[in-house]
Amino acid sequence: MTLTMGGAHRPGATRQSGAADTSGAAARAVDVWKVYGSGEAEVAALRGVSVGLERGRYTAIMGPSGSGKSTLMHCLAGLDSVTRGEVYVGDTLITGLGDRGLTDLRRDKVGFIFQQFNLLPTLTAEENILLPLSIAGRKPDRQWYDTVIDTVGLRDRLRHRPTQLSGGQQQRVACARALVSRPDVIFADEPTGNLDSRSGAEVLGFLRNSVRQFGQTIVMVTHDANAASYADRVIFLADGQIVDELREPTAEAVLDTMKNLDTMAAVA
Amino acid sequence: MLRATLKSVLSRKLRLVLSGLAVVLGVMFVSGAFVLTDTLGRSFDSLFAGVYAGTDVAVTAKPAVAGVDSGERPTNLPADLVAKVRSVPGVATATGVAQADGARVIGGNGKVVTTMGAPRLGTNWTGTSDLVQLREGRGPQAADEIAVNAALAKAAGIKVGDRVGVLTLQPKKTFTLVGIFGYSGDRDSIGGSMFVAFTEPVAQELMLGAKGTYSSIDVTAAPGQSPEKVRDAVRAEVGGGYEVKTGKELQAATVDSFRQGLSFFNNILLGFAGVALFVGVFLILNTFSIIVAQRTRELALMRAVGASRRQMIGAVLVEAAAIGLVASVVGLAAGIGVGAGLAYVFGHVGGTDLPLASIGVPAAAVIGAFGVGLVVTLVAALLPALRASRIPPVAALQEAATPDRPLTKITVAGGLMSAAGATVGGYGLSGKAGDSTMWLIMAGVLVSFIGVALLTPVLARPVVSVLGRLFSWSVPGKLGRLNSGRNPRRTAITAAALMVGLALITGVNVILSSVTATLHKQGDTLVKADLIVSGEQMAEMPPTFDPAVLDKMRGIPGVRDVAGEYYDRATLNGQGWGVDVVTDLPAMARMFPLNAKEGSIGPLGPDQLAIDEAHAKILNLHAGSTVTVQLSRGAPHTMTVAAVLAKNDVFNSIMLSPSVVGDLRVPQPSWAYVRVVPGADVAAVRAQIDRLLADSPEVNVTDRSGYIQQQTKQFDAVLMMIQVLLALAILIAVLGIVNTLALSVLERTRELGLLRAIGLRRGQVMRMVTVESVVISVFGALLGLAVGCGLGAAVVRALRSEGITSLALPWSQMGVYLVLAGVVGVVAAVLPAVRAARINVLGAIAHE
Ligand SMILES: Nc1ncnc2c1ncn2[C@@H]1O[C@H](COP(=O)(O)OP(=O)(O)OP(=O)(O)O)[C@@H](O)[C@H]1O
Ligand SMILES: [Mg+2]
Repeated sequence: MTLTMGGAHRPGATRQSGAADTSGAAARAVDVWKVYGSGEAEVAALRGVSVGLERGRYTAIMGPSGSGKSTLMHCLAGLDSVTRGEVYVGDTLITGLGDRGLTDLRRDKVGFIFQQFNLLPTLTAEENILLPLSIAGRKPDRQWYDTVIDTVGLRDRLRHRPTQLSGGQQQRVACARALVSRPDVIFADEPTGNLDSRSGAEVLGFLRNSVRQFGQTIVMVTHDANAASYADRVIFLADGQIVDELREPTAEAVLDTMKNLDTMAAVA
Repeated sequence: MLRATLKSVLSRKLRLVLSGLAVVLGVMFVSGAFVLTDTLGRSFDSLFAGVYAGTDVAVTAKPAVAGVDSGERPTNLPADLVAKVRSVPGVATATGVAQADGARVIGGNGKVVTTMGAPRLGTNWTGTSDLVQLREGRGPQAADEIAVNAALAKAAGIKVGDRVGVLTLQPKKTFTLVGIFGYSGDRDSIGGSMFVAFTEPVAQELMLGAKGTYSSIDVTAAPGQSPEKVRDAVRAEVGGGYEVKTGKELQAATVDSFRQGLSFFNNILLGFAGVALFVGVFLILNTFSIIVAQRTRELALMRAVGASRRQMIGAVLVEAAAIGLVASVVGLAAGIGVGAGLAYVFGHVGGTDLPLASIGVPAAAVIGAFGVGLVVTLVAALLPALRASRIPPVAALQEAATPDRPLTKITVAGGLMSAAGATVGGYGLSGKAGDSTMWLIMAGVLVSFIGVALLTPVLARPVVSVLGRLFSWSVPGKLGRLNSGRNPRRTAITAAALMVGLALITGVNVILSSVTATLHKQGDTLVKADLIVSGEQMAEMPPTFDPAVLDKMRGIPGVRDVAGEYYDRATLNGQGWGVDVVTDLPAMARMFPLNAKEGSIGPLGPDQLAIDEAHAKILNLHAGSTVTVQLSRGAPHTMTVAAVLAKNDVFNSIMLSPSVVGDLRVPQPSWAYVRVVPGADVAAVRAQIDRLLADSPEVNVTDRSGYIQQQTKQFDAVLMMIQVLLALAILIAVLGIVNTLALSVLERTRELGLLRAIGLRRGQVMRMVTVESVVISVFGALLGLAVGCGLGAAVVRALRSEGITSLALPWSQMGVYLVLAGVVGVVAAVLPAVRAARINVLGAIAHE
């Protein structure tokens, strides 16, 4: 069961209680459990998480370290299997899919942006961007491709190799790669974790744009309240459970909620 | 520091195993060679034990012709010498022995029984002894009876009571087999030799060519007489024309000659072990380079916390020494196994039944194993160790990306070394180097290999990118190609290791195919004979056939010319040469277009000879000069040069008049050349000749191209053997590819994780690794083929003066090698590819 915490109302933040209505979501988890190890060493990284990620929305996942953010994201993205529960990407039930099915799903329906090492050093920026499409043997939609390139502002860097790009530029290439195949959902795990604040802001702004302008669905794990404030919705995880959620968050609201979670953890 | 190093070695077991394997294989070959030859050597010792037990002293004639194997003594002892020796004080018995090589038994299948180089002796039956024991039947008593040793009976598939055809100095004669004998210790044969025992007069006639003569006299000393004393007494009695030796001396000489053969064999094995180890150096060098590159951060951290440069070198070298040591132990153990296995195979091949001595591990094997294992590993690790010591401490704090070091220096060095190697090798090939020719050629090849290996990184980029285009139609193919091009040094060394083995094989191939092509060309344009009678030469003397066939062939309708050729060795003015006796010189001259430079070509009269230009020059002979010719038998002839023949591309020889046939060791022809009249049915003539040869199973009649094929057939065996022996070097190179790929996969864990995350299927990952592997191995093969062609062409060029005029590249063979290299690439990729495909996606992208 999803456990939702009540709490103080904050200005500028819409609060929603109870289980999310998950139908028509770009991806959703239904009572997902993830248990690592067994016996003494057993760790439950997710304990009955149900969440729907709305289409065309920018969702951030926050929570203390070790709360299960990455695990949730991996399970939603078909990178990891769940111990119990069900995960859907679009309308596809992915729990129980084999490696081949999951791989193809990731290739066709999911985009990724990792914290670092997003790019293949042997390929140019352009080749990196087109990689998921070439793996699938699909032709890029030229117009869409041009739009993406212009949005990330990389047109003059397309022939460069990753080592010739700055960290911010590399992350923008990663964003373009995730976008260009028009996946159902893009997952980003601390995409700005390694960037200075200016490059970080560029990337975050770009991600928000792609949601606003192109209706892309994005899920982002982050530690940074400021980064989370770019999102339409923030989900808070603690101890493997969803404990709170904010809509249209501001950085202050996010910080408050985090503080709140910390004090609660301290009290507990 | 030491403990830290050993820990790091043990924590990388796979790497240890892979880089160690190259050393293990090389060491195995080295120690196996020593174990094999030691075991065989001691087996021979016991094999010949007792062979001369019943002989205290033996008397033989000095060979008439210099340069003939000491085992062959066609010069006979007169019968009265036996009585003379018997009368020497101290001699108890003196037995005349009439024995010679060349008793060829026709087996149950109609084919002549052959041996693996051991003699096929015909002898007089002197009864049983401590050594010779009848197994079945009895000794021969009538002129048409024989006994044979058990090994021969088995190989021929004959039993007592059978009628058996035997070829000797005379054409086929048929005997009844009345007995089968073996030797003390239940041996079927001594050293694989085959024995046919005749009655004494028959043995004298068929084996020695004259009744009332012997080849040697076996003497036993009277009780209380030492063999040495008796030897001296006999020597004093018979005079200087004879050799008198004790049984012990003879035994030592026999064993010695076998051991010499063995040590030659040992050297060949060690040579191939050397090639394998040379390739192993590439593999180890590469492994350590990759390891050092991958551990840059770790090593820099050590430097940062205060390890000195010397300690860094030490750390890498200790790791190498540990690997070398373990590999030497394993290699030695494996070598003992391989040596024992090979000894067994040698002991039982081709019907020989060698009772093996216990497997021995000579000190040389142990010293060789550890010396080679350690030295090779340390030498190979030296460069990476130096590189490790140059890592600056700040590297610990930087991104671990290995910068692309420029290839200028290495390319210049490679160019210089290749040029030096080519110069040295070229000088060796030019034949001006005398005794050191062989060494110069080998050094030249070795240095050239290193030079080409150094040039390889520069070649890697363009060649790999061209090769890779073949695979670029798919994303995995493209990624694989890019991966193989991303570290040119690594790719280059891996490919160069494969190059070495293939270059040697291709070089030999080029030489052999050029010789074959030359023979075919000469056969077609220069030989006018329509049919040729010949056999496959397995021993020192070529096979022979009944001389009566020559006359009968002349009688076949449609035959225009027949020329028969006999072969023997002779001494001309004191120098040993191979000589021919030609039945019809004018006919022979028409077969090979021979032209007189001096004198004229006509039938050779008694005591006349014709000689080719080159021999004439060496012997300083001209038309009309006389020369003293000593043949295997009889007194020296003073012969006159009737003609000096102009140089011919095919046939250059010293040809003696048919009048001396009786003095040849085997008075039977080995070859015959036949021309038919124009328009005659060659096939019909051939069928008739075939019938005439029914009793001469050692030879057959073929047309020109069949004859040339027969000549070149032995090349296939040579090539096969070289391929088998070099297969080890290639196997090590394949290990090198596996190792490089495995380490690369390890290094690219993150990338693989990323690729899998964004949708590359397992199968596609495997294909990516496979393409990388195939690109590397095909690159190596191309290098090998190119270098091999260069090598072969250089040798062929040098052989031009020997009459090898065509250079033929074995395209189809080379195509096969290239395809095989592709297959090798696929096979080498299997394990790394599986490993890559199994990578845990989450672990790969999450771990930092
Ligand atoms: N492979 C694994 N084996 C065992 N336990 C694991 C594994 N992966 C994660 N965990 C545990 O699961 C829990 C959740 O981990 P997760 O990586 O999802 O946390 P996170 O919220 O992403 O933390 P961070 O902010 O530090 O990245 C942690 O307690 C972690 O120790
Ligand atoms: Mg995380």
